[in-house]
Amino acid sequence: MTGGTNSKHAWPDDGVTRVPYFVYEDADLYRVEQEQIFRGPVWNYLGLEIEIPSPGDYITNYVGDTPVIVLRAENGEINAFVNRCSHKGSMICYQPSGHVSNLVCPYHNWVYDLDGRLKSVAFRNGVRGQGGMPPDFDLSEHPLIRLRVATIRGMIFGSFAQSMMPLEAFLGSRLVAHIERTLDRPSRILGRCSQMMRCNWKLYAENSRDTYHPSLLHSFATMFKLNRLSAEGGVEMDDAGWHHLVFARRHTDQVSVDYDAAALRADDSGYALADPRLIEDWVEWDDGITNSIMTLFPCLNLQQSLNTVAIRQMVPRTPLESELFWTFLGFADDDERKTRIRLRQSNLFGPAGFISLEDGAIGEFVQKAIRGEREQTTLIEMGGRDVGPSPKTRATETSVRGFWRTYRRLMGL
Amino acid sequence: MTQPVEAGMRTAIEELLARYVHCIDNDALEAWPDFFVEDGQYLVTTRQNHSSGWPIGIMYCDGRGMMQDRVTALRRAIVFEPHVYRHIVSSILIGHAADDSYDVESGFQVLRTAAEGTTVIYGCGRYLDEVVAQDGRMLFRKRTVILDSSRIDTLLVIPL
Repeated sequence: MTGGTNSKHAWPDDGVTRVPYFVYEDADLYRVEQEQIFRGPVWNYLGLEIEIPSPGDYITNYVGDTPVIVLRAENGEINAFVNRCSHKGSMICYQPSGHVSNLVCPYHNWVYDLDGRLKSVAFRNGVRGQGGMPPDFDLSEHPLIRLRVATIRGMIFGSFAQSMMPLEAFLGSRLVAHIERTLDRPSRILGRCSQMMRCNWKLYAENSRDTYHPSLLHSFATMFKLNRLSAEGGVEMDDAGWHHLVFARRHTDQVSVDYDAAALRADDSGYALADPRLIEDWVEWDDGITNSIMTLFPCLNLQQSLNTVAIRQMVPRTPLESELFWTFLGFADDDERKTRIRLRQSNLFGPAGFISLEDGAIGEFVQKAIRGEREQTTLIEMGGRDVGPSPKTRATETSVRGFWRTYRRLMGL
Repeated sequence: MTQPVEAGMRTAIEELLARYVHCIDNDALEAWPDFFVEDGQYLVTTRQNHSSGWPIGIMYCDGRGMMQDRVTALRRAIVFEPHVYRHIVSSILIGHAADDSYDVESGFQVLRTAAEGTTVIYGCGRYLDEVVAQDGRMLFRKRTVILDSSRIDTLLVIPL
């Protein structure tokens, strides 16, 4: 056994091909993850620039467990702060979004400007000469805790790490290029919702990197040849193996001997849609890619599937519960027909999505089956035992291994 | 909702609302599309999406065919832990919109009981309906299900 000095959290010897089940329910690890991953050397998704177009506009979000305010400052820059007053720790912004001229804590009226500087404290000088803060109290010593902020194509990211590398370096050139390719026009929000999953966040982090499961678990897609592994596609990664991009070109699918021989539950040839307008699409990107899902460490997805564009942000809530926030996007220049096609296709994704709803259940299936297990591990060897791109096939778990390699490095496990 | 609705019509519409939830709660989902006109619209969305004017919600069916596809997928493709609903519909408001068309609004609560035995409040909200009389039956031309919460517990597979 390896895993450093903490024998309670020892990792099996098989590197990234084995993950001990206890990591999916251990409360101590959950606390360390907050510090060393979410508040550690990563860029976390915070929201979209179109949500805060004008100075004073704000949204709230979470980085792991930590509540944050994301706002547009007077100079047009984006600021992000921990949503917690320096005084007694109350949330300052308690609405999901809004517009403010400054940030006022509801508890004792401490006022911060849009750059997070403490500007005034109620009754600082007391009332009629009595009470008040000590004479040496210095407003400038108590600003809000600030995150570093960076943006790419309207997506806002924040980091608690003061020496964080630039966002583009974190993402790597391939992922940067694909984000720029996907959000290539001004976007607009078409809808949002969240999905509460009764599983540890890492089960979904793995699921969204698992290019092996979709055509097997999500049998609806396979029935209609939307995402069979026999369609042309593969897996790209950044050089460090932190993030990945899985892509497919739907119209290249061949009748697959492997599939037919396996007699998959998912591949029921007698089945046809009563209304095929559900998957009516148009070729929107020149590269012909009909499905591309980017997964950024620790747990953020940007996907384009046919004409559905969606962002999925995972927020861990407890060791055993995670909330997945869906934001469906269209583009500012969409006409009514395109919006209607995106609306029909939205049936494929989200908490009721034909190709995604099972992901809400499968993590719970695992979580229930591993309860209390301290010895056993997973087995992750599809496509080999290492981490690297898989340009020709999605029948691999290389991205899952990439997640665990990064996780272990950041956690010191 | 301007003109008063005569008692017989009110009873017929209330019966439509009741038969609809019994159909779902009794797992007679194959009959669910028949509560709509052929090109009927069905949308499950959230209060936030509805008030923001965002068109995409949780589930959308543009005509009976898409509703049939929902049921077929549920029966034959989708993997989920079996569960049933119990709808409680209340506070029904009915207004005569035009000719044979009625605007109906009601509140609902849905309890979900999983195969393992746990019953939870799955969701609550309101139905906004356009109901029409067709061939002597009352049918939904449009049914919008507006959930108060934006958070779906695990997944939504059975229609609301």
